[in-house]
Amino acid sequence: MSWKFLADSPVYIQIADRIRSSVLSGEYAPGGQIPTVRQLATIAAVNPNTVQHAFSELEDQGLIVSKGTMGRFVTDDEAVIQSCRKKHAEKLVKQFLVNANRMSISKEELISMIKEADI
Amino acid sequence: MSVLECKNLCKAYKKGEYVINNLNIEIPKGKIVGLLGPNGCGKSTLIKMIAGILQPNSGEIYVSGKQIGEETRALVSYLPERTYFSGGMKVSEVVKYFASFYSDFSTERACELLSVLGINSDAKLKTLSKGTKEKVQLILVMSRQAKLYLLDEPIAGVDPAAREYILSTIVGNYNPEATVIITTHLITDVEQVLDDFYFLTYGGNILKSGSVEDARIESGKSLDELFREVFRCS
Repeated sequence: MSWKFLADSPVYIQIADRIRSSVLSGEYAPGGQIPTVRQLATIAAVNPNTVQHAFSELEDQGLIVSKGTMGRFVTDDEAVIQSCRKKHAEKLVKQFLVNANRMSISKEELISMIKEADI
Repeated sequence: MSVLECKNLCKAYKKGEYVINNLNIEIPKGKIVGLLGPNGCGKSTLIKMIAGILQPNSGEIYVSGKQIGEETRALVSYLPERTYFSGGMKVSEVVKYFASFYSDFSTERACELLSVLGINSDAKLKTLSKGTKEKVQLILVMSRQAKLYLLDEPIAGVDPAAREYILSTIVGNYNPEATVIITTHLITDVEQVLDDFYFLTYGGNILKSGSVEDARIESGKSLDELFREVFRCS
């Protein structure tokens, strides 16, 4: 099943986001191996060079580590994963607040709604 | 060395009416390239000249540094717009035919791809639907270990599910030593598999070209939207 991408942002960033969320959700466990460029390119039906670009982005952030011919692995450094999770959460909260603010919903209102929500 | 180089290429089917006019392109190895343009802009003409089926009026074409001829045909795997096999042949017979014709052909790979797509090797070509015939032809072309793949409208006639499969086959076949050129007007379907694109306009000139990702970053638009904007019919 090929992946669908949004029109307005580069594909490599969208691939990196997707792998990042697989790491944060635990689908790719800390220290675990992740698919190769070719495997991922075939699954997602995207250009291998784009997948490569996404991987180097995540390597720069320290979230995945390349071990030469053995392949690529999720970092086993929990601190890196935690800080990535925090950054990701901050981003979500910010987006959420900006959207709510646009509709003049106050933070207090939101907080009480969040507490009541049963998700 | 680039896999493909076209220098001052010109082609006219009628005197003075150029389909390709002074075209210059250089494509390196290891790329998947989209040759995109409106109907009748010269995409297939260009592909046919690279495949050695049409002669240019003037200009030069080099594949891996060699002029078009016998040697380059061994390096180029060409998928034409329409099928050229006799309808009475069985799928297994065309596979054998290809295997005897091209030394870089992998029968094993072809059989594997045929079975994944659920194509019966004993079926005669004329009993297959248009889409299935196109799949067979693409499988044959992709089962070669060529330097340059020329795919003229590889996904136009097939259903969306098979389209996905074909694109992932193209991607899965990726080899850093080879280059794939795809012509199509189904840009949304192919844009995520492309490295670079060329927008070809009437008269065979390049209107815009570059890396797909750069174009998306610069314009904030998908390649499909960019195409619609560039070629707007007013």
